Amino acid sequence: MTSPWEVVIGMEVHVQPRTRSKMFCGCAIGQLGDPPNSNVCEICLGMPGTLPVINKAAVEACLKTAVALNCEIPRHTKFDRKNYMYPDLPKGYQISQYDLPMSVNGVLELDGRRIRVRRVHLEEDTGKLIHAGDKLHKAWESFVDLNRAGVPLMEIVTEPDLRSADEARDYAVALRTLLRTIGASEADMEKGQLRAEPNISIRRAGSEELGVKTELKNINSFRALHRAILYEVARQAEVLESGGTVVQETRGWSDAEQRTFSQRSKEFAEDYRYFPEPDLPPLELDPGWIEDLRRALPELPGARRARLVSQHKLPEADAVLIAADRDLADLFEAAVAKGAEAKPAANWIIGEVAPSGKFPTPEHLADLVKLVTAGSITRDQAREVLIESVETGRSPSDIVAEHGFAQVSDEAALLAEVEAVMAANPRAVEDYRGGKKQALGALMADLKKRAPQANPKVASELLLRLLG
Amino acid sequence: MPLSKDEVRHVAMLARLSLEPGDEEFYAEQLSGILAHIDRLQQLDTESIPPTAQVVEVANTLREDVPRPGLTQADALANAPAAVDGFFRVPSIQEEA
Repeated sequence: MTSPWEVVIGMEVHVQPRTRSKMFCGCAIGQLGDPPNSNVCEICLGMPGTLPVINKAAVEACLKTAVALNCEIPRHTKFDRKNYMYPDLPKGYQISQYDLPMSVNGVLELDGRRIRVRRVHLEEDTGKLIHAGDKLHKAWESFVDLNRAGVPLMEIVTEPDLRSADEARDYAVALRTLLRTIGASEADMEKGQLRAEPNISIRRAGSEELGVKTELKNINSFRALHRAILYEVARQAEVLESGGTVVQETRGWSDAEQRTFSQRSKEFAEDYRYFPEPDLPPLELDPGWIEDLRRALPELPGARRARLVSQHKLPEADAVLIAADRDLADLFEAAVAKGAEAKPAANWIIGEVAPSGKFPTPEHLADLVKLVTAGSITRDQAREVLIESVETGRSPSDIVAEHGFAQVSDEAALLAEVEAVMAANPRAVEDYRGGKKQALGALMADLKKRAPQANPKVASELLLRLLG
Repeated sequence: MPLSKDEVRHVAMLARLSLEPGDEEFYAEQLSGILAHIDRLQQLDTESIPPTAQVVEVANTLREDVPRPGLTQADALANAPAAVDGFFRVPSIQEEA
């Protein structure tokens, strides 16, 4: 059954650019787990008489991002005050950008679809609040840690161009890859360096009018992003199908409860009274600077994926996985340059390197791939060799020589082992001959234990012949 | 146009100012006076003048991305009305569920 509803999603993503100090003061960017209020100064604490100064590296990261997203970058940009009273914001306002953002009208290509980017601007993060107290006595209080206050943030906003939870997640993943590739951000969601806030509405399929939207917050993984959207779409459909109306509001995602809940915001109704930040001179962006940034950009993930397919003849699925991570793609291409065959190299990277995060040198990966391709060692041996190579920094060839690893592919040499396995497992042999073909698995497993160096293909052919 | 009492209450709420009885009228009159003055300024013909967000003729004041020491936790909290375990302590802003 096709759903009568069309899903419409726009994404707001906050990204912490890669800087060493805060947006408007020299405080270090702290680590998760630092003592509270230990990365603060009179500026980010909003003390009277202090003045902010713009961090050049944050501007540069934002411009790089804008260029990579094919944005227009106006010559003139400025900062504004977004006023609201909340204890996570000691100044009583957040310095952000309102009507003249750093960049507008970009696009991110997503599997052939063009997701329009409305704007990319710079602002500052707020502090962290911890709420405590008990309901019974209505004695609530909040504890404030301002280490995050003033940390630079880029806000990347799309047009409502995404049409499903899958697409929204794919967009966020693609954006992360892009940001990492250009070095604009580490974009680690778990560290809060990338925060995705989907704006979701639904409408009757075929309708042009936008429905009432809700904005989701508290999403801290791509999985949560996907689930939260699925939940919210179902919730809205249920509201509308039962004759109700969707309320425009901010809703929080609870990972524990796997649902969204209304974050009542009546008292903090949007009334931000933006005005130009008088403490910061405007920026007149030099087109030469932007041109330099454009020229210095590395190959972007989309282009690289296409090239992995065309140049290295990788299947599209492999290319997507490898191009999604600059380190993986660099390792792949370097290993191929060192003589590794492309497809096996891709297999090792996707199957072993990516899941473990443990990177061999390109020379060692090429060495390993050659050993396996030549049939000198078994795949299982190769796996061990790879781990040891990463741990010790020694070459796979050396490790193989030292351990005396070698794959035995000679039938005559394997005959004794295969016969021993059959002798030790009379039951499995009988089962197999009686028609239970799955008994072969047990025999092969035992063979692998007794003779790890055996070439599995040759050994299984031999075993089958002796059984039959 | 004079400010209504509701508008005064709204502005006060946004600024987290508490109002005493009678304050609404008092501030409505004062703020209306300021707005009336702005209305007079609005009558000026500014057709040929570009919008200005900044009166200082400076642009591109940027700082190199170099961390420098800030305040110690003790200094940061020294002026706080209340602190506990290194945190500022404030009345709750969480709306009760």
